[in-house]
Amino acid sequence: MADVKFQRPISPHLSIYRLSPTMVMSIMHRITGAALYFGSLLLALWLLAVSGSVSQFDFANAFFGSWFGQFILLGYTWTLLHHMLGGIRHLIWDTGAGFEPKERQLLAVGTLAGSLALTVLVWAFAYLLKG
Amino acid sequence: MKTPLGNVRGLGSAHAGTGHFWLQRLTAVANIVLVTAFLIIVVSIAGSGHAEIVAKLSNPFVAILILAAFLSVLTHMRIGMQVIIEDYVHTEIRKIALLMANTFYTIAVGLIAVYAILKINFGL
Repeated sequence: MADVKFQRPISPHLSIYRLSPTMVMSIMHRITGAALYFGSLLLALWLLAVSGSVSQFDFANAFFGSWFGQFILLGYTWTLLHHMLGGIRHLIWDTGAGFEPKERQLLAVGTLAGSLALTVLVWAFAYLLKG
Repeated sequence: MKTPLGNVRGLGSAHAGTGHFWLQRLTAVANIVLVTAFLIIVVSIAGSGHAEIVAKLSNPFVAILILAAFLSVLTHMRIGMQVIIEDYVHTEIRKIALLMANTFYTIAVGLIAVYAILKINFGL
């Protein structure tokens, strides 16, 4: 490689753009995806606890049942649903639809609103079924 | 026998073609169905006792669905993390090490899940 001493032109950085809903949701999609990547291990370990002895299961249940565990699970639920709705948004865009300014905005805001609403719904159902 | 043009046609600037893009979309669509079903299963067993959960997960339909969900999700997240690594890690040796770790991690998570489901279904 040649020793480059002069300042080469670089592409614009994230920080020079005005923050827009589509941009925030794009960043959120990657962050939630990365979080789910590590969360999948928790899920596998929970299954492992179920396959183990009752005391191992109780240990896992005590963790997920604690306020910290519940906080993790609540965050996991929202992260999952947000990434899923974000993915559906991308699938819509893959067809070439939804690229008008208003549509883009609606899809971006809808992803956030939808994920929050669905999270509440999932947890409400879980608690109702628990009785 | 391929002409030089035939060798590169359809591969794009990354020389990898659309295989990665396609697999991400294929598993994304599968995930919508499988993860939704998995969520419903988890909600239905939340707060249940050990025996009850084991009984639910021993249902062949539920067990196969969870295995399918892990297969699709892990494939999806492995190539997703691959893109993140390729985007942000530019030191070649670190990039290669992280790409390897990505595959090892994904396989480890998958093996834990498969082992657990098989044990719940056949080994208890």
